[in-house]
Amino acid sequence: MSSEGSLPAYYEIPPGGAILEPGSSLKYKTGSWRVLRPIINQDKCVRCRLCWVYCPDAAILELDEEYVTSKGRRYKITYKVNYDYCKGCGVCARECPVNAIEMVPEPIGGEE
Amino acid sequence: MAVAAEERLHVERKKPRPLSTNSAIAHAVKDLDVDVVAAYPITPQTTVVEKIAEFIADGELEAEMVHVESEHSALSATVAAALTGARAFTATASQGLELMHEILHIASGLRAPIVMSVAMRALSAPISIWNDHSDVMNARDTGWIIFFVSSAQEAYDTVIQGYRIAEDSDVLLPVMVAYDGYVMSHTMEPVVTEDRDSVLAYAPKRSFPYKLDPEKPVTLGALADPDWYYEIKYQIVEAMRRALGKAREADEEFGRRFGRKYGLVECYMCEDAKSLIVAASSYAATLKAVLPRAWEEGVKVGLLRLRLYRPFPEDLVVDALSRVDSVLVIDRAISYGAPYQGPLANEFSGLILKHGLGVNLVSVVAGIGQRRMVDDDFLKLARLAWEARTVRKPETIFYGVRK
Ligand code: SF4
Ligand code: SF4
Repeated sequence: MSSEGSLPAYYEIPPGGAILEPGSSLKYKTGSWRVLRPIINQDKCVRCRLCWVYCPDAAILELDEEYVTSKGRRYKITYKVNYDYCKGCGVCARECPVNAIEMVPEPIGGEE
Repeated sequence: MAVAAEERLHVERKKPRPLSTNSAIAHAVKDLDVDVVAAYPITPQTTVVEKIAEFIADGELEAEMVHVESEHSALSATVAAALTGARAFTATASQGLELMHEILHIASGLRAPIVMSVAMRALSAPISIWNDHSDVMNARDTGWIIFFVSSAQEAYDTVIQGYRIAEDSDVLLPVMVAYDGYVMSHTMEPVVTEDRDSVLAYAPKRSFPYKLDPEKPVTLGALADPDWYYEIKYQIVEAMRRALGKAREADEEFGRRFGRKYGLVECYMCEDAKSLIVAASSYAATLKAVLPRAWEEGVKVGLLRLRLYRPFPEDLVVDALSRVDSVLVIDRAISYGAPYQGPLANEFSGLILKHGLGVNLVSVVAGIGQRRMVDDDFLKLARLAWEARTVRKPETIFYGVRK
């Protein structure tokens, strides 16, 4: 977000705060809210997609990336977290049926 | 001259029919070709939407009637309909208006141009189905344009004016048309209705400019953080200011087309009056019948009828006040624990201070829960207003309460 001086005056905002540009929420990086970071253990993950379904911020990415586990199992897709938007709520970790997601504290005052 | 004669003919041709204020409002909704009505029954409003349902069933109005499980949902559905570009209407009273309270702010915040009629009724507890103004007074700071009307005809006309004002792109605010429950809602009066073409020519449908449309996606009702919220609420302050001029213009144009106009306030027997009574809705109508008797005994009191309440027609009220020595404000609601316990009296007190007017103010609370007020009571109030020119009455008078 821009600094206060460059924000529009009341008459420059559409009435009632209507947002006329689709998808503008992409500009709002909710990742800055996060105090706990979900880390997906790719070896444990069974690719069930539940985290992708439950994430309230659509911050779980389903990628066409191949992955071979340490035991040799081959997956065509990989789930990753989009840390720009993941706000660290922990819903994914809670819902994951095989406990493949761990919530790890972000370093205090630290960057990603 | 020819034009005047023609106008008179035009007005004379229309025959009034007997309608209650509730029926008159339903007729206005039909003649405005409203698209969506969402409502939940509550007395004394119910017959408004019953009549509308009849019009729809008889094919006289093509509209979607949404049956909902509460007034909270009724107004929610009405707001949503308006935001899709439909002309939307709802009606309520009393507890219903209270249950809508959250959505009242959302309607104005989202700038939904809807019109709602309110058959004013007291609030529980104790339960009272009778009339006072507590419901609307509790809604006065919700960003709605508020009219108080005094007759069934004025209710019909004001609902029509309401859409012209609400849907104006310089306004985009919801409008409440309030009238006294039972005393007006269920009382027959002669009412002239207009044909739909003339009504729509006066108030053409101008749908919400940022309406929900899959072809042109918009987001309405998004979160506004501290950098944005204040400006979006301030827009309502400015829209209210513009609404004042638009309401005046809507009334004048209505007068030109249909031969009836009301003004934003009405001053009755104000010429040579040394004192004023401020009243709204049916009390104003009763006072018109009573004041000539007061003048006969030398009590020169005029009536200032508040028709438009929000935005407040400050200039007109100040002009009326500047010509008298005292003003008696009748409140039909109680502001518990306030300096004056009449909410309107507090506003008049502020106005007198703001404009440095040398007017003695009398605050009177009356007719709570429809406590009976007959002609002689109004005559007493007129004498009280008259007395107040020389005697200060610093405390709110709770007229008619058993002490
Ligand atoms: S922590 Fe919450 S926001 Fe982040 S990926 Fe998991 S569910 Fe989504
Ligand atoms: S919920 Fe767990 S197992 Fe399922 S895809 Fe997400 S991380 Fe993998």
